[in-house]
Amino acid sequence: MDFDFSDEQKMFREEVRKALARACPVSEVRKVLEGQGSWAAPAWDALVVQGVTAADVAEEHGGLGLGVLELAVAAEEVGYALAPTPLFTSIGLALEVVRRAGSPMQQAAWIPALAQGATTATVALGLHGVLPCLGANGTAEGELTAVPDGLSASTIYFRAMAADGAVRWCRATAESAGCERRAQESIDPTRPLAAVKLRQAAVDVLSGESGVEAVLQAVLQRGAVLLAFEQLGGAARALEDARKYVLDRRAFGRQVGAYQAMKHKLVDIYTAVELARVHVYYSAWALQTQAPELPVAAAGARVAASQAYALAAQEGLQAHGGFGFTWAADCHLHYRRARWTALILGDVHTWREQLVGGLMANGTATATTAGAATNAAA
Amino acid sequence: MHFEDQPQDAEYRARVRAWLETNALRKARPDETWGLHLAEDDRVAAAREWQRRKFDAGFGAIAFPRKYGGVGGRAYESVIFQQEEANFSVPVAFYNISLGVCIPSLLALASPEHKERHVRAALEGTAVWCQLYSEPAAGSDLAGILTRAERDADTDDFIINGQKVWTTHARHASWALLVARTDASKPKHEGLTVFIIDMKAPGITVRPIRQASGEADFNEVFLTDVRVPASNIIGEVDGGWKVIVASLVHERVSIGGALPRDLHRMTLEIAGDRANTDARVRERVADQYLLSQGLWLMSARALTAVSKGQAPGPESICAKIIAGRFLQDFAYFGMDLRGSEGVLAGRELDEAAMTAQRMWFGSLAVRIAGGTDEIVRNTIAERVLGLPPEVRIDKGIPFKDLPR
Repeated sequence: MDFDFSDEQKMFREEVRKALARACPVSEVRKVLEGQGSWAAPAWDALVVQGVTAADVAEEHGGLGLGVLELAVAAEEVGYALAPTPLFTSIGLALEVVRRAGSPMQQAAWIPALAQGATTATVALGLHGVLPCLGANGTAEGELTAVPDGLSASTIYFRAMAADGAVRWCRATAESAGCERRAQESIDPTRPLAAVKLRQAAVDVLSGESGVEAVLQAVLQRGAVLLAFEQLGGAARALEDARKYVLDRRAFGRQVGAYQAMKHKLVDIYTAVELARVHVYYSAWALQTQAPELPVAAAGARVAASQAYALAAQEGLQAHGGFGFTWAADCHLHYRRARWTALILGDVHTWREQLVGGLMANGTATATTAGAATNAAA
Repeated sequence: MHFEDQPQDAEYRARVRAWLETNALRKARPDETWGLHLAEDDRVAAAREWQRRKFDAGFGAIAFPRKYGGVGGRAYESVIFQQEEANFSVPVAFYNISLGVCIPSLLALASPEHKERHVRAALEGTAVWCQLYSEPAAGSDLAGILTRAERDADTDDFIINGQKVWTTHARHASWALLVARTDASKPKHEGLTVFIIDMKAPGITVRPIRQASGEADFNEVFLTDVRVPASNIIGEVDGGWKVIVASLVHERVSIGGALPRDLHRMTLEIAGDRANTDARVRERVADQYLLSQGLWLMSARALTAVSKGQAPGPESICAKIIAGRFLQDFAYFGMDLRGSEGVLAGRELDEAAMTAQRMWFGSLAVRIAGGTDEIVRNTIAERVLGLPPEVRIDKGIPFKDLPR
């Protein structure tokens, strides 16, 4: 039993945290909030320099060949820093589409640039609306909405349906003729969205051998795990900010944090965050080892982290009182981020459904050899 | 990161399993509760017998020192034994107070003579221990106890008078750890002393307490002029609070140690066919999974620390709050699933209904015993989050001058 990150992974996390603390103070987050740029360039550059974009990429594709655990702890730090970066879309989602749906040649052609952070890509998951049509001449027709980082990404991956009903993974680039993009307003402007209109757009069809639906599920599960790490980091930050505020602020002659109503509120957040943490870490293990528990673990992480971040953001704002309701306070950054991250991969009802479906499909115990909850309430 | 045993642990686990397979029956279902249909005295007799067999086989006192009859094994090995034992239909919790709380406290703080005299008998299971701490007027605020211990100038003995409550196993215990006030002119934490009490001593009366559930798992204990030699003091006279703090640490670890394995399977099992057909039921199954699997994962995190020789992180304190919430939710869920038939007492229905209804009340106890949810929240707020302590208007004031 070793349910913890290794010392090397913890060191990696520490380096990423320090780098982001330097490169991405809240002032950088607010620039994106106010519409200056699609992401915080210093934060993205810092992640590239730290090797975060290359961590989970094989050496043959120009990566560091470390694994998803390193990427995961970095994602937690990205969430903690509120850093607006395309890490989730480009490395969390798009990389996985190429790896799973692309042919060996396509992988070799497209992955290195993603690993280097030189270009970024995104995925229109197509969880709402109808899929674009794929013409026989290799063009696509249709519209994709709410595509995260859809305006800034150089490449967009999506599924399209041919006349015979066959669905394929496709790729359009910024240069593709007939690919028009426009920004859409996002509930969290630090996570920009775009609509992509495809009019006889020339696309590449991904020609790997995996089934389209299997790839989608794998991408959703990986996305859920990595986003849950961001949510966990964000929730911990929201709690930390609330704690600082109630220690500073005085009312009726005492620190606000001395009142039991406030203490218990913050403990409830802490408890939700720590409950989410174990689910999120567990999902990283399941993802790294491709364990049979992955569908359940990823869904558990997503639901627990979405709930914990919502609680930390909303009650953290509440703990700030009137100041929390101002634009100047950072509380609304979390309030927005918590909702955005809870929805982008599908809502918690859908993921609960996935969780129970997975539990029932497993049939046998998902817990491993040391399965008892003995001493859990220590 | 992995959930497998290290080779030496796997080997130990296999040995434990083999012994259990030949000495006990595997549970038919994970939520099966041993002894539901036995009378209390039969349960106690069976528990004594089981402890004796474990002790003789080297599994009764795994992590206790060899000097006193223990095996001298690692704490992690005793966790492995508990995990495996939880899959068998055997009495498990009877020695929790003895071996989980009292004996560790004796080992940490008692004199060599007391250790020599008491530890081995407790490990074998012949001597059962109980804890005489809580009182009707002092639960969360334990230092507010009223039981007095006065020195008899002639014999140097102490004479104890007072009342204790919520004493597990008081009827079956031979010995107790008791806290009493030895100096009421000092502030409340400073005038307390802990004694070893012979439960057969004259002046001790034990009465069962009928709980909200109607059962009587606990007792109240009345002490009238009970005479205790000064040599039975643990630690210093008026230094009892230190002893209590040390033993409460053990109690925290001990309470909740009986959570069954794979709790989330249990939820799925009671949901039955409605887990296939009813989306509302499925959502509740998912929410229950988050709590029960979360508890297991939290324990895995704590065990990881223990296996590396580190203390579990502060987050493990949260587990008690989550456990209470989970058990109460589980009970409500199990009862809701029966629909209108759910008004029938479990005995009229089946084992699953009995389990749900036992947890319906049992969860209340989990949320109160060993620190109420509210006290635990204060503890986390102050020790983990570093928020200011509660106002204590009784600080520094002699106990006898406090308003009552």
